[in-house]
Amino acid sequence: MAQLFRSKRFWLIAPAVVYIAFFMAIPLMQMAYVSILERGDYGGVNWGAFSVDAYVNFLFERDLMDNLVLNTDYIQIFVRSFGLSAMTMVFALLLGFPTAFYISMQSQGRRNFLIFLVTIPFWTNILVRNYAWMLLLRNGGLIDGFLNWAGIETGGLDILYTPYAVSIGLTYTYLPFMVLPIYASLEKLDHRLVEAAFDLGADKRRAMKRVILPLAAPGIAAGCILVFIPCLGAYVTPELLGGGKFMMIANLIGSQFGAARNWPFGAGLGFVLLALVLISMLAYSLKFKSLPEEKI
Amino acid sequence: MKVDASNPLWRFRGITSTAMLFFAYLYLPIVILIALSFNENRLATIWTGFTTDWYVVALSNDDMLRAAQNSLVVAVSATVIATIAATLAAMGMSRGRFRGETGVSAMLALPLLVPEVVTAIATLLFFVAIGIKLGLVTIIIAHTVFCIPFAYLPIRARLEGMDPSLTEAANDLYANEWKAFRRVTLPLLWPGILSGAMLSFIISLDDFVISYFVGGAGATTLPIYIFGMIRIGITPEVNAISAMMLLVSIIFVSVSFLIDRIRY
Repeated sequence: MAQLFRSKRFWLIAPAVVYIAFFMAIPLMQMAYVSILERGDYGGVNWGAFSVDAYVNFLFERDLMDNLVLNTDYIQIFVRSFGLSAMTMVFALLLGFPTAFYISMQSQGRRNFLIFLVTIPFWTNILVRNYAWMLLLRNGGLIDGFLNWAGIETGGLDILYTPYAVSIGLTYTYLPFMVLPIYASLEKLDHRLVEAAFDLGADKRRAMKRVILPLAAPGIAAGCILVFIPCLGAYVTPELLGGGKFMMIANLIGSQFGAARNWPFGAGLGFVLLALVLISMLAYSLKFKSLPEEKI
Repeated sequence: MKVDASNPLWRFRGITSTAMLFFAYLYLPIVILIALSFNENRLATIWTGFTTDWYVVALSNDDMLRAAQNSLVVAVSATVIATIAATLAAMGMSRGRFRGETGVSAMLALPLLVPEVVTAIATLLFFVAIGIKLGLVTIIIAHTVFCIPFAYLPIRARLEGMDPSLTEAANDLYANEWKAFRRVTLPLLWPGILSGAMLSFIISLDDFVISYFVGGAGATTLPIYIFGMIRIGITPEVNAISAMMLLVSIIFVSVSFLIDRIRY
């Protein structure tokens, strides 16, 4: 131990690690703790008074007679979040895999430029990106206007503030995360293997299924996780493109700290979301011996 | 377009067209938003003529400017703290393997793994529990956490590619640790540090969810202000502010990538 404190290395690494531990790891543990506390009468929590209400609350509510009755509202929000995230993952894969494929076949200079183009939207403001879709999707907006101009009478597109709009926005927001890891695995693909498959009489379908897809699998799995997981925790897109009508898990969590003021319930939901993320990361790292993030 | 026609992968059809569709999908909204910010028409989506008036309106909006100032204060503070911590950590991590390295790496990557809304509420609960008043200070503390990995990664990558014999040579030539750092490591490392700092700056400037929860009522950053405006309605002024935010991000990221490509 004394040796540890004398090593220069320890003092170089310590500030960053201690900072993250103190302001992130400890708050996350505290969040798990808050989820088993009693809710305060006027919001907040009663520190030191334990209760499993937060978890009971997820499935049941109390009726007028103070009996517990099944309440499916929150389950619906979870089901919707998983459904939308899965849909987004599929769309992103359908668009992202061919794109990664295309990029991997370009010259080195062009590859770098195209990858740069894929990453740029990630660094721009998420509100602004979703706002741009509001301009496109709303009634009398650009897509509606274009369809009317082209002679298709829409009578108002009525797509903004629907799950479709949320799905379009989510796909748009998380698409780059699908392309990057798939590209990283396709880039290493030895073209001679595909050539050999063709020479040995494989048709395109077979070459894809038996040679390319198995070699791209770690990238595809990483891409799917990197799209699915942030999607599950999406806050801004359902808020703006769903108009607050189609809550996803993150919006439900957020509302517990706003109008609903049920902090233990919010903390419990946050803990469940965090657990889902960590379990999928763990599953990935057990299968592929690395974290999905390392594929980017 | 120059392609290697002998590449067997070109036998798969539909790849080029899907890729074109992909890039159109990715950039169409951005291009349209910027174009509409120069639209004279009040209704924001019907084009009637070119004007820069909405930029004038936006830039003379005092509330917006105050929010932008808050955002700058937060982004600069978080970037400075995060970049220093990340540079030190990257240097510590680059000196060969050690016990517990996986744990340390995991801790440094933690802010990238946890969903934003979970970070936001956990941090909020933490600040309430220890009794720090919510405001710009709490936003800076929270931003620094997620800026550290963004600054760390490019610095670490740069150190990885550096020849360790250079600092060894400096030590052999009787430079002390500080001198070797200042005269050898730093001049080689600065593109990585600058690139990391610019990425943290832009990530902090653009953050909405975490600021929204840990800022309390008083501290309005630019994204929080924009969120409020969007909720009220679509106006040409929001288009102009949004277009400016987009351009700032794109310029910063481009410069950061260019710096990162400077040779050793």
